[in-house]
Amino acid sequence: MLDSYLPIIVLIGIAVGFAICTTIFSRLIGQKKPTEVKLAPYECGMPPVGSARERMSMKFYIIAMLFIVFDIEAVFLYPWAVMFKKLGLFGFVEMGVFIAILLVGYIYVWKKGALEWE
Amino acid sequence: MQVLFFYLVAFVAVASGLLVVTCKSPVNSALALVNTFFCLAIFYVMLHAPFMAAIQIMVYAGAIMVLILFVIMLLNLGVETMKKTTHTVWGIVAGSLVMMLTFFFIKRGQPANISGPITNEVVESVGHTQLIGKHIFVDFLLPFEITSILLLVAIVGAVILAKKEV
Amino acid sequence: MITVNHYLVVSAILFSLGTFGVLTRRNAIVIFMCIELMLNAVNLTFIALSNHLGNMDGQVFVFFVMTVAAAEAAVGLALMISFFRNRESIEVDDISLLKW
Repeated sequence: MLDSYLPIIVLIGIAVGFAICTTIFSRLIGQKKPTEVKLAPYECGMPPVGSARERMSMKFYIIAMLFIVFDIEAVFLYPWAVMFKKLGLFGFVEMGVFIAILLVGYIYVWKKGALEWE
Repeated sequence: MQVLFFYLVAFVAVASGLLVVTCKSPVNSALALVNTFFCLAIFYVMLHAPFMAAIQIMVYAGAIMVLILFVIMLLNLGVETMKKTTHTVWGIVAGSLVMMLTFFFIKRGQPANISGPITNEVVESVGHTQLIGKHIFVDFLLPFEITSILLLVAIVGAVILAKKEV
Repeated sequence: MITVNHYLVVSAILFSLGTFGVLTRRNAIVIFMCIELMLNAVNLTFIALSNHLGNMDGQVFVFFVMTVAAAEAAVGLALMISFFRNRESIEVDDISLLKW
């Protein structure tokens, strides 16, 4: 069973090796003539505005938090989907209750206006 | 070969765990923690639990670490709060006491040699996800439903705490 | 041959590192990450022993631990945000209102 993971290991090895080799070779062979403009962070060709370390808005946090909770829900759906035929109606009701309870939370967030982007 | 691979992964896991607690910037700690999570996922694969490895990466590296990095960027902590530690000596003492205790238990106690019904061959023939599904949705029905209430509470609590005016 | 003890030792080392981090760091987010490290060490123990004993219950437990960790991340980080909003700091030394 573990032998079937060998291609993945080989792929990871090649990916890491390629990254290391390109970095080393460009460090060794590449020409370096840095100027002010070249060292500036690339912002789609525009002159960079402000610092990159600005404080982000709180709205993103709510979205990320919702993502976590529903990610867990999705993870629970995988084994359920695989076992769906064997569990039958019982499994369907079970998962229905689970999703219904989480739906209450979703409606709560919606009604609170946490999803409004204003 | 497998033993060598195990030691390599274990070394990387412990080294990045060390980086988590010693790095100056929280962002570096977070990235080292992601590395540890990946190493643990490799361990899960080696322990014939591929589904756990997948959700380890999905949930921990994909969701929880994203949230932590988000909060680090959200709060945008300056350089002055980067590395501050207190009670380093006591921390070392307590940490090594915990390690000595666990090593003592591992050394003295031998894990019981019971072989249950789920051998590696069963996992291979039935499928790991199927086994997990059977156990969660049949044997652990009530904990599974309670989990949804826990997640509901987490949603409500996080929205109330994070919103400025509720 | 890798026995279950190997995994238990790795798990013990990671758990102790997490303990050390929780006790010494002052940044609340780093403390949170160290708690995640400890949780993961325990997860590794669960899965190693589940594989050793041929029993699936440990892996189901890990499933629930991950759920709890996600809920904890959502609420704990929200707590940090609201604390930061009030005090402009997330160092645990400043969270001393309830200290005896």
